[in-house]
Order: sequence, then structure tokens, then C-alpha cells
Amino acid sequence: MREGLAPPDQPFALVEKQRGALRIAAVNRNAAQCGLGPGLPLADARGRVPELATAPHDPMADKALIDRLVRLCINYTPSAAPDMPHGLVMDITGCAHLWGGEDKLRSVLSARIGALGFTARDAIAATPDAARALARFGGGDVRILPMEALEIEEATHVALRRAGFRRLGEIIDLPRAPLAARFGEELVALLDRMTARQDPHITPHLLPDLVTLTRRFAEPVGRVEDVLEAIGALTAVAAVRLGERGEGGRAFAVRLFRSDGHVAYLAVETGAPTRDVPLVLRLLRERIDSLADPLDPGFGYDAIELTVPVAEALEERQQELEPRARRNQDIGPLLDRLAVRHGGESVLRLAAGDSHVPERAGILKPIAAGDTIAARNNEVPWLPPEPGDPPLRPLLLFDPPQQVEVIAAVPDGPPRRFRWRGEAHNIVRQEGPERIAPEWWRRREGHAGNPGLSRDYYRVEDEAGHRFWLFRHGLYERETGESRWYVHGLFA
Amino acid sequence: MPVHPIRRDTKPRPGLSHAGREQDLPHAEAWLEEKIRSDGVHELYALSSRDVAGSLAFALLLGRRKQRQDARPLLWVREKKGGGCHCVPYGPGLAELGLDPATVRLLCLPDGKAVLRASLDATRDGAASSMLIELCGRQKLLTLTATRRLALAAAETGTMVLLVRSNAEPSPSAAHTRWQVTCAPSHPLEAGAPGLPAFALTLLRHRGGRDGLNLIVEWDRDTASFRERAANADIAAAPVSRPASTVDACRAGNERGPRAA
Repeated sequence: MREGLAPPDQPFALVEKQRGALRIAAVNRNAAQCGLGPGLPLADARGRVPELATAPHDPMADKALIDRLVRLCINYTPSAAPDMPHGLVMDITGCAHLWGGEDKLRSVLSARIGALGFTARDAIAATPDAARALARFGGGDVRILPMEALEIEEATHVALRRAGFRRLGEIIDLPRAPLAARFGEELVALLDRMTARQDPHITPHLLPDLVTLTRRFAEPVGRVEDVLEAIGALTAVAAVRLGERGEGGRAFAVRLFRSDGHVAYLAVETGAPTRDVPLVLRLLRERIDSLADPLDPGFGYDAIELTVPVAEALEERQQELEPRARRNQDIGPLLDRLAVRHGGESVLRLAAGDSHVPERAGILKPIAAGDTIAARNNEVPWLPPEPGDPPLRPLLLFDPPQQVEVIAAVPDGPPRRFRWRGEAHNIVRQEGPERIAPEWWRRREGHAGNPGLSRDYYRVEDEAGHRFWLFRHGLYERETGESRWYVHGLFA
Repeated sequence: MPVHPIRRDTKPRPGLSHAGREQDLPHAEAWLEEKIRSDGVHELYALSSRDVAGSLAFALLLGRRKQRQDARPLLWVREKKGGGCHCVPYGPGLAELGLDPATVRLLCLPDGKAVLRASLDATRDGAASSMLIELCGRQKLLTLTATRRLALAAAETGTMVLLVRSNAEPSPSAAHTRWQVTCAPSHPLEAGAPGLPAFALTLLRHRGGRDGLNLIVEWDRDTASFRERAANADIAAAPVSRPASTVDACRAGNERGPRAA
């Protein structure tokens, strides 16, 4: 699988950190021929093959890649699943004839995968386990496969070898009970799965079942108002469907098919799951108003499609018996409308970051479809302030911090006076330093002599009563020769 | 079970106390209560660009007072490039002022026109308990008519509209009150550390009331109240009063020890 990504004709390995050392996680064919294999420390591998090219092992990316391939395979059979770490398994029962037989399907599929730059080995068998074993070891019959094709513990392999078994065919027909007594239940179960005595299903990767509604017109519709009315009718149906599932849409997409083949695409996102038809229509109207090139019906639209690409759970809520008149309690719809008009990145909320470095401890996050309730619940909570203290963090933060000229009594002492934006400030009160160490683990080579500079923060107040958050960047004579000063925030 | 009476901690905390504070406390609160209509438009002018943080904090705290009766969130509308100040609201700072950052939503818009349009929309919608509108520099569109629209919408939906202006001269408006806000020198804590946030307020205009009042208030997060304070002169000279050595005070002092380092 991974060979498609590797440099051609060169030993290549993916490395990962295991038990404190860099070890090889996977190799390409060239490297395998040089005698390298998974588990070998990188230092040893480099000793044997100095020209070895490496890249960090990224299992998540591998998984994402496999998932992409699974989605591709759904074009060939409705039930395809990833077979981790580097395989796909498909149930082609009842699908092969559509491609002209199993062999045709097999060649079409391997050509498709090969065209993407992957080296793939394939096999068709009665059960997923048999297919996997055949794909890995080749051949067309499970019975002539070597014992290694069984994915069981090494101890069982040794026991089987000692008993003189070499090929699977030698044990497949043996009575089950003595085999289980001697080599364990696991072996028997595996053999049953290989020989289709037990029917193991695959768990197919299911595409999310989106709510999709289409409305075709007998005659093209030319007026935008009529189009919106039709969208309204579709949204009402979609709301009922979503309601049956106990879900609400976080995004709504509309495609307008014009009779000359042009397709207009409108999409809106909401801050919270909703089934509120007027709200969705209002958002779509806003979207139409804010389009760079206005909706041009031309000869009219002959079909409209509404999809709900993102949906989340939304429970029914009981209406209040006496609804408060004219008081809107939920800010979500308003924010959605503002996000549609001004762009999703302009509606923000304050989020706490999991860091001690000030600029990462509090961040602004857009309230968009990606900002799910689950993600919000995962965030670090805000630290409650210490009673009795004045505010120790500023209300406004400069991004980036602004450099100031500071006069201090001693180079590593507190500041006495500073000049910022052409104005001098005499410091009459100050508190500090609050030393904030850099996050060396975020830096390249951070563990080896490049940890970044510490900051000494001071809360200062000038004669006029303005309160600033200053910091010295770098410890004098320990980290830098001459430290610079910055103003990082303004206190109330 | 013996029933304990409610224990009221009236002992002044070390470093934060000064004479006559407790008597002044209701005064400032009552005064603000009277002046700041909870469904009105209030303009806060920062004297200089250094006072923007102070004005914003004062506005946020007024919004927080409103949220006590009305749990709707606060919507803070600001320009993306606020006239040369590349500063962003800082969540931990809001929390330190005693606000819950989760009840604040931000809207960062490209220009003053978008800010005014969105603010008017949001005020009419009435989903926010207060609107904090931060504008920098002269705003041609913020006319008497525009503020009148805001005032009408605010009265209808019960929203408090707080217009924070900086680098701007007061212009005719339909606001209920107009304040000039500056940061005031704070009462120092031990070892000369800056103390509680303090604001110097001047009421420039008050529709249907007296104007020209001056007041210095400081915000006490722990009691969640504003507190009036004497003029600046005696602060600089007055030594920080320490309470008599009671066990509580000593313990409190020890707890606060590392801060003075």
C-alpha cells in the first residue's frame, strides 16, 4: 500500500518512536530485500543501509487513506470495509455479475487501485479470512497455504511445526475436538472461518444516510420567489424526516438545476442542530442576497435538490405553556444569520486552550458547523479566579505582542519606565515577575538546546492609571545577551 | 442539628481595604442603577486609546450587571481592524474580571458599516441581553437617526446597547447617557502591586437628568459590585492599611505570600 508513496527504487522505511527509540514500522520492497524489517531500531537499520530514506509513521493518515479507498470501493459493492492495518475487504456476493463475472470485477478493481499508484494484491475466496490469507501468500487454494497463513500466536505455530504439520490442508480435515484439545480453541475457530464452516460477516463501512430530497418540475421555474417556495416545501419534508430520526441539520445544501445544464449551489450552516423551517429559509434567503453573482434563473430551473450533509441529535423540547412574548431566548438563530451574511469566520466565541502560554490559553473560535457540542464539551474549563486577587490576566491581548523600549534599574529587574507608540509611561506600581517557560515540546529540536525563550511578565501601572502587561523576552545573560520587552495586553 | 446563623465576613481583606469602603458600597451601585437604564443606549467614550481596555471592561461589567436579571448572552461586535489596535478579547482576562466567557459571543466585522448593520439587526432580534458595540475613530454612519433606531430597538426588545467609542469626538446621538471613561490609578496592594480595576467616570450627558457628575469606581470581583472611591489625591499618599493581626488575616496574608515575590 504504502509503496505508492515511497521514493522509487530506494530503500525506504517509516519510523515511529517505540519505547524511547526510533524503530522501523514499515519498509518497502527494496528495504526488505536489504534485510530490514519492522521493529528494527533505526540506528541499526542505518548502519546496514546508509542510504535508507525515512519518513515518520502516521497511522492516522494510513487509516484515513484506507477509508478513502473503502469509499471508492463502494462503487463496486455496497459492503466494503477496511481490514486494518493495510487491507480492504469486500463482500461481492451478488455484485460480480454486474461487471461480467468475478475475474472481470477483480481485474477492473485492481486496475483502478493500481492507477492510483498503489501496489495491491487481491484474492477472492469464500470467507474474508481465506481471502486475506490467499492475498498475502498467493495461490488459489487455502489447503496448500503454509501454516504461517494462520494468524495465531507464535507458540501455536511452534507446536504445529513440532507436530509435523506444514500446510493448512493437513489439518483442515482433522477432527475438531482433538485439535482444539491440543492446540487451543482459537485454532479451530480460525480454521472454521477459513473454510466457511462458520460464516463470518464483514462489518461494512456504511455511508451516512443523508436526507436528500429532489423535486422536479414539469415546466422550468423562473421566479426566485417560486424557487424559494419549492425549497420551503422540501425543507418542511426534510424537517419531518429529521424529526423521525431525532436529528436536526447543522448544514443545508441546495442545488438548483437550470434547464441549460448549469447547477447553482447554495449552502448554509447553523450553529446548533435545527429543524426550524422558517430559520433555514431565512438563512437561504440571506445566502441568496449575499451571493457575489446573483441567482440567475435564465430559462428556469427544472429540478431542485435539498440535502442535509451534516446532522446531529436534536431532542424534542416541550413548549412552554406561556411563551414569553417577543423575547427570543436562543441566540443560535441570530448567530447563524450573521454568519451567513458576514462569513462563518466572523462569528466567534471565547474558548479556553490547554496551555500555560498566554496566547494559547485563551483563543477565539469560529462558531461554525465544525464546532460541535461534543467538541465544546471536550475543551478545558476556565480557571476560576483566585478570590482576593485583582485580575491577573489582561482584558485585551495584543496579537502579536508589541515591542516597547523599557528602562529598568538592573537588566534583570523590574521595569521603571517604558515608551510605547511614542509615549512615555512612568511605572508607579508593578508586580512580578511571573515567569512563563516556553513550550519547548512544540519547537523543532526543542529538547536539544533550542527550547525557546522564557518570559518574565510584569503587571504594571503608570502614573495616569493605565495598567499594562509587559514581558521581558529571554532571561538576561542566561538565555539572551540583551532581552527585548513587549507589551502583551491591557488591563482594565 | 444546631442551626448556624449565616456568617457574614465583614473583615476587610489585607491590602484591599481602605477606610469607609463599606458605607460607600451601596452608593455607587444605586447611582449606576439609577443612571444606566437596562433597555437604553449608553455611549462610553474612551479619553485616549490607552483607555479602551478600561472602557470595554466597564461596558462588559455593565453587561454583567444586566445578565444578573436576564441570562441571555452578551454580544460583542467589533471591527476587525480597530483603528490600529490589533488587540483581541482575551478569555482568561474576562474570567478574571468575573465574567463567564461562555456567555459572550463575538462578532468581528470588516468595517463600521457592517458593525452598525449587524448591531441593529441583533438588537431588533433581542437574543442578546446586551450589545457591546466597539467602534474606533469617527463614524459617519453613526448619526442621530442611527442611534435613535438603536434606542427604539433596544427599548422594544429589552436589550442594553453599549457603544464604546475611542479616538472620537462626541456627536449628536439619541443615547440615554454619555460617559467619558478613563482608567484611574488603583489602590496599591502590598509591595506596590497594582490593585483592583478602577475607572474614572464622567457623565457628559444624561437625557432627562443631571449631567456633569464625576465618580471614581473600582470593581470588586469577589462581591461582584462597583464601589465608589475617594479622589486620587489621597491614594498615592495613603499607606496601605493592614488589618490588626488576627489569625484570619495572617493566614490570608500567608496565602497571598507568593504573589508579592
